[in-house]
Amino acid sequence: MPELAGLDEGTPLFVQVADRLAREIADGGLAEGERVPSTNELAAFYRINPATAAKGVNVLADDGLLEKRRGIGMFVATGARQRLLARRRAEFTQRYVDPLLSEAARLGIDTDELFTLIKEAGHEREGASL
Amino acid sequence: MTPAISCAGLTRRYRDHTALDDINVAISGGTITGLLGRNGAGKTTLLRIMAGQEFPTAGSVRVLGAPPAENEAVLRRLVFVREDQAYPDLKVGQALRAASWFYPNWDRALASALLDDFGLRAHKAVKKLSRGQRSALGITIGLAARAEVTLFDEPYAGLDAVARQVFYDRLLADFAEFPRTVLLSTHLIDEAAAMFEGVIVLDRGRVVLDAAADDLRGAATRVSGPCLAVEALAAGRPVWERRRLGSQASIVMVGPLSADDREQARSSGLDLTPLSLQQIVVQASTGVLAPADEASSETERTSA
Repeated sequence: MPELAGLDEGTPLFVQVADRLAREIADGGLAEGERVPSTNELAAFYRINPATAAKGVNVLADDGLLEKRRGIGMFVATGARQRLLARRRAEFTQRYVDPLLSEAARLGIDTDELFTLIKEAGHEREGASL
Repeated sequence: MTPAISCAGLTRRYRDHTALDDINVAISGGTITGLLGRNGAGKTTLLRIMAGQEFPTAGSVRVLGAPPAENEAVLRRLVFVREDQAYPDLKVGQALRAASWFYPNWDRALASALLDDFGLRAHKAVKKLSRGQRSALGITIGLAARAEVTLFDEPYAGLDAVARQVFYDRLLADFAEFPRTVLLSTHLIDEAAAMFEGVIVLDRGRVVLDAAADDLRGAATRVSGPCLAVEALAAGRPVWERRRLGSQASIVMVGPLSADDREQARSSGLDLTPLSLQQIVVQASTGVLAPADEASSETERTSA
C-alpha cells in the first residue's frame, strides 16, 4: 500500500492513526497544550476516510490524552506525555525483552552471554557517538 | 438513521442467468463504501438499479427514501458515473454546463479545478477525447455534482496512477467538506481501500461480505512456521487456507489474536502476518469465506 503515508494494511487504520499520534506526543513532536491536526487534515495526509481519522483521534480523546476545545479542535492534554512514556516503559519487557529472550534461547545463547552482547553493543554505541 | 440506500430481497434475472440474487444491504448516509467483487459478480447491475436505470425482477431498492426509477426528485440528488460513459456530441465545456443545469448542488469552481488537474480543455470535443480523458470527464461530473448519493462504477478506465491519485485525493477532500453517500466499485482494492468506511463484496450475484473496512483489517492472520506449531496454534479455529512444504506450513487463521496467542507464536518461532483488506476480499470472493461455525469443512480443501 504505497500511497498510505506509511500506514500498513493489516491493522485497523484508526488504531494506526491513534498510535502515530500517541508516538508523536510521547516523542515531544506534539507538545502538551498544542493543537493536534484536525480530522480532515489527518484524512488528507494519510489519504484515509475522515471517519476513520476521527475514530483514531477519539481513541486518544477517550483515554484523556487529548481534550476537546469546543469550536477550535483537539489539544494535547496536560500530563499526556508522561502517561504515554510510563505506558511504553511498562510495555518494554513484553515488546523487546521477551522476544530477545525467546530468540536467544533458540540460538542457545545463555543469560550471561546475552548480558555480554548487550554491554558490548552499548559500548559500541557510546563509542560511535563520541 | 434511515439508510441513504437500501435493498431488500433485490433480485435481477436475465433470460439465462441471475445477475443479482436476493441482495439485502443498507448503506448509511455520509459514508464511502467500496463495492467489490470479480468481473460478472453483479456490481454494475446493482449500481444501475440503484441509479434507476434498470428495474429489479423482484425485491425493492430505495434511494434517499424512495424508489429511484423514473423519480426525478431522487435522480437530481443522485449522480452515477459509469465505466466508459457515452456522451452526446458535445464539447467538454458543454457537457459540464448540461450537468450544471441538472444538479442543484453543482460546484463550478470544483469542476474547473478538476479540469485543470486532469489537463482537460473545455473546448475539446468529447468524442475526440482519449479513454482516460473521458474517464476524467466522468469523474469531474461525478464530484462537481456534489450529489447526496454519488455512484462510481469503475470510473477510471484508461487513467494512469497519477490521475487516479488525483481522483482519490479530490474525492476525500471534497467529501470531508461536503459529506455525502459514495458508493465506488473498483478492482483496485489496494489503492482505494483506505478511503472506504464500509465494504460490500459481491460474488455471483450474492453479497458474500458486508462489513466495516476497519473491522476486516487484521481479522485474519497468516501463520507460518513449523507444521506442528502452526497446527497447535490453529487448533479448533476457522482456517481459510492450508499449505504445506516439507515440515513447514502456512495457514490463514480467522479471528483476532490474543496476547497469549502471540506469545505462543513467538515462543514456537511462528511468523504472524495480518491479511490486508485486499487479501480478505480475495478470500471472500473466491468463495472460501465461511462463517466460523462452518469452518470444520475447511480441512477438506487442505492441499498437502
